[in-house]
Amino acid sequence: MTKQIKLQVARYRPEQESEPAFDEYEVPCHSDWVVLDGLNHVKDQIDGTLSYRWSCRMGICGSCGMTVNGEPKLTCATFLDDYAPGPVRVEPLRNFPVIRDLVVDLGDFMQKLVRVKPWIVRSVEKPLAAGEYLQSPEEMDEYKQFSMCINCMLCYSACPIYGLDPKFIGPAAIALAQRYNLDSRDEGAAERLEILSEHEGIWGCTFVGECTKVCPKNVNPAGAIQRYKLNAALESVKSFFLPRGA
Amino acid sequence: MAHIAEHYTAYHPRWLRPHISTYWWLRKRSYFAFILREVSSVFVAWSVVYLLLIVYAVGQGAVQYQELLEWSRQPWVVIVNVSSLLLVGFHAVTWFNLAPQALVVRFGHTHLPGSFISLSNYAAWVAVSAIVAWIVIGG
Repeated sequence: MTKQIKLQVARYRPEQESEPAFDEYEVPCHSDWVVLDGLNHVKDQIDGTLSYRWSCRMGICGSCGMTVNGEPKLTCATFLDDYAPGPVRVEPLRNFPVIRDLVVDLGDFMQKLVRVKPWIVRSVEKPLAAGEYLQSPEEMDEYKQFSMCINCMLCYSACPIYGLDPKFIGPAAIALAQRYNLDSRDEGAAERLEILSEHEGIWGCTFVGECTKVCPKNVNPAGAIQRYKLNAALESVKSFFLPRGA
Repeated sequence: MAHIAEHYTAYHPRWLRPHISTYWWLRKRSYFAFILREVSSVFVAWSVVYLLLIVYAVGQGAVQYQELLEWSRQPWVVIVNVSSLLLVGFHAVTWFNLAPQALVVRFGHTHLPGSFISLSNYAAWVAVSAIVAWIVIGG
C-alpha cells in the first residue's frame, strides 16, 4: 500500500468566512512527489474548490511559492517525503494579502518592480546597422547571479521588514535593479539610485538576511542590497566633495 | 451552495490581510539574532560613552580616575559593562560576517572569496586588539 501523508491546507473562502481555516487531506507520499503534486492530487481527486497557483513544475516560473511548515518554499521543489511522517502544513506566502486559499495578491510587487526600471536603459540607442551591444563572459558574470531571479516572492515572504513596512521596495526588486546596474550595456544606474536611495529603498533593509537563505535560485538579494548601499554611500561622498562632478 | 457572507460581492472581494504578531521575532532563530544585533547597538553606544568617561577622568587627574573606578565597582555597572563586552563582540562578529556581502573585490579575472574578506577583518581586529593590549598592559 502506498505511504500516505497528511496535508493541512489553509483555506480562505471570502464568500463564506472572514478568517482562514485549515482543511486536512490524506495524499500519497511517493518518493518523487513534491508538495505541489500533493495539492494537485487534492484538487483532482478530493476537493476541486482548492485554489492555488502553479505552472511549470520545474522551478522556472516562480508561481507556486507557498509557506510549507512555516518556511517559504517553491512547492514544486519541496519533496513530501522530506516531511514524512507529516503532517505538512501548507499556507499562502506571508506578508501578502490573501485573495483565496493559497493565492496571494502580488500587485504591490509588480508596481515596485516597474519603479526600479528593470530593463536596459541607454541615453542614446545605437542604430540597428551598428550591430549588437557586445559583452564579454566576464562582463556577463558580473550580473548573471542577479538575473536568475524568477520573481517567486519567497524573499518578500521571508523579509520581516517588508511585513512591517509594506512601503519597502523589497529584496527582489532591488536585486533586479542591481542586475541592470551591473550590466555593461546599461546606463541607468543614476536613475535607479534616485528611486532606491529613498528611505523605502535600500536604506529600509536592515540585513536580516532571510531573503538570501530562502532564495531557490541563489540570487543573494541581501548581498545585492548591501553592495547597493556601499555604492550609494560612495556616490553621496563623491557628490559632497565633487559637487560639479569628477 | 454554501452560505454567501454578507456584503461579499464577486467584484469587491475581501482580501485577507494577516496581522503580524508583535512577537514575530521569536518565530525564528535568525529573526531573534537580527533583533539581538539591533539591540546590541545600544550597548555599542554605551561602550563609547564609557570610554569617553574614562578618557575624561584620566585627563582630570588621579583622583577623578579613582572615583570613576569606585563608581564602576557598583554591581549594576559591572553587569552593564560585562553585557556590553559580550554584545559588542556579537555586534562586531555580525558586521565582519556581513562585510563580504557588501564588498566584492576583483582580483584579475576573478573575485576574491568572501571568506578572505571576513578573515581580513578578523585579522585586523586581532592586530588592533593586540596593539591596544600592548599599550595598556605592557607599554
